[in-house]
Amino acid sequence: MAKLNLLLLLVLVVCALGLVTSQHKARKLFTELERAQARARELDVEFGKLQLEASTWALHTRVERVATGTLGMRMPDARQVRVIGAMGGK
Amino acid sequence: MSAAAPALVRLPVWRARFVMAGLVAAFFVLAARSIYLQAMQTQFLQEKGEARYSRVLEVPGTRGRILDRNGEALAISTPVQSVWAIPGDVDASPAAVRRLAGLLGTDARELRRKLEDRTRDFVYLKRQIPPEAAEQVARLGLEGIYQHREYRRYYPGGEVTAHLVGFTGVDEAGQEGVELAFEASLGGIPGSRRVIKDRRGRVVEDVESIRAAQDGRDLALSIDGKIQSLAYAALKGAVAAHKAKAGALVVLDVRTGEVLALANVPSFNPNNRARLSGAQLRNRAITDVFEPGSTLKPFTVALALESGRVSPATAVHIGTGGLRIANYTIHDPHPETVLSVAQVIQKSSNVGAARIALALRREDLWRMFDRAGFGAAPQTGFPGEAAGRLRPADSWRPIEQATMAYGHGISVSLLQLARAYTLFARDGELVPATLRKSDAPAAGTRVISAQTARQVRAMLELAVQPGGTAPRARVMGWRVAGKTGTAHKQENGGYAADKYIASFVGLAPASAPRLVVAVMIDEPANGQYFGGLVAAPVFAEVMRGALRALGVPYDAPLEPVPLPGAGEEAREST
Repeated sequence: MAKLNLLLLLVLVVCALGLVTSQHKARKLFTELERAQARARELDVEFGKLQLEASTWALHTRVERVATGTLGMRMPDARQVRVIGAMGGK
Repeated sequence: MSAAAPALVRLPVWRARFVMAGLVAAFFVLAARSIYLQAMQTQFLQEKGEARYSRVLEVPGTRGRILDRNGEALAISTPVQSVWAIPGDVDASPAAVRRLAGLLGTDARELRRKLEDRTRDFVYLKRQIPPEAAEQVARLGLEGIYQHREYRRYYPGGEVTAHLVGFTGVDEAGQEGVELAFEASLGGIPGSRRVIKDRRGRVVEDVESIRAAQDGRDLALSIDGKIQSLAYAALKGAVAAHKAKAGALVVLDVRTGEVLALANVPSFNPNNRARLSGAQLRNRAITDVFEPGSTLKPFTVALALESGRVSPATAVHIGTGGLRIANYTIHDPHPETVLSVAQVIQKSSNVGAARIALALRREDLWRMFDRAGFGAAPQTGFPGEAAGRLRPADSWRPIEQATMAYGHGISVSLLQLARAYTLFARDGELVPATLRKSDAPAAGTRVISAQTARQVRAMLELAVQPGGTAPRARVMGWRVAGKTGTAHKQENGGYAADKYIASFVGLAPASAPRLVVAVMIDEPANGQYFGGLVAAPVFAEVMRGALRALGVPYDAPLEPVPLPGAGEEAREST
């Protein structure tokens, strides 16, 4: 009887220690998850900002201004444009 | 003293019993107490305990982006900081307050006044400042000054897409335009979750998610950014050149009913709405109505062709003295005394259109307008969509039936007008207009036969040829068909003699129409006011750019389109 009790005590101690370590691990993983999520949010915010910046740079009016002003480009005359059949009307 | 055996003290029995009873009683008290705490107050106590370490955190739901059909952003939310203070806790030196005012971009004196108002527990110092500035504010390390994160909407398209996209208020709820129309799907729903925090305030465990945060969904509009900016630039230029009060423009895709561009002038910058007037905010193309004038003639003629009473070649007597109905005379400035039905459209004859209309039943005419979508809101979901005014047929007097034939006594929005022209572009089908991107061709409802639609389209093509009202609407490389409108503006119940609305609605390429473009210029005041002179060139510019942007094949010889010489342009009467 005493032997069995001792054995059970041992099992109990092991279980208790196991619980403590797994809890600790869970918390560590959780902080990692939190950090990763925060990072994801940050990146998302940055993505939004970059998108905003990109669309500001790519404004059609600006592109047109740069093209005609700085680069000296111009719209081709309709006669200089060929519309190829397969793509046409798409 | 002799050694005596230890004296046996006989304690009275009651003493042992007394101690025993005392112990038992104490035990019962403890048991009762523990039962009380455990069974009856357990919830309260657990709450108290949890309150020491568990916290409920707000999880923000971000608002969805608005994109154009190619995925370019038209509206994006980015986080900003709002700075607030508890005035009673603030103990800052005047120099520090001045530095803070500099960072916030506010007046130092006003800032000090806010901070000295000790009666309030909460005061916003500045809402929505960029994160970089907020960081500098935090680095000042002032006590009693806090920040929280908010989201702000940015509109990269600025004034070009302002009317369509609309804007949100300071709390990110849609106030105008698409932002308001699609609020339900765009808006994010903030959630909350319960967590366990440790002594240093770090979250160590997620207990439960009370309500999951829901991010708003992105919304892809039917707008094509390229065509939109082209349309806005062309319209803005024309409004400025003709010293007009306002202008509006709609580009519709004939196959899908998608609105590819929708521009309004005057516009505003949605990113900085400090000084706005009602006139700037109005989305004229959708929410305003006007008397369309001659752009409605094709519908009258289509009905007459449909009824079989006339063919395009049927002669219509115009005469010289105008058409007198009751005590009102409809005038026509054209020299011809007889025109064919096709020429009535080509030269935009009021008398001709009136005569054709008077030969028809007014109920049929009403039904024609009704089925072309006039008098009912186009159901795009846009807030404040105008339905226009189409009075019931039984209230029409003969003179009204005659004027209705050329677009007076009826009011429509520009979007309705553009959509109605899909009848002629789609061989007789009316297509529902939509502001959302759709990839599949839309199913239309048949209103007139394909043959009638093609006949009217041919007449509309004549209108842009030399001898028509709008040779300036032509575009090199594509066959164009369209109709001008020049209407006196209504004012105080009558018509203003010198105020006009010039319009042009057309489609291209005429052999297999892809686009309908409708242009409206309000009160051109630089001498010219005919739709063919004011609105048609805008149409041509936008149509040319849009057809090219979409890669639509040519259907006309590539010859330069000559500008009409003197006398080659037919003048409209209204």
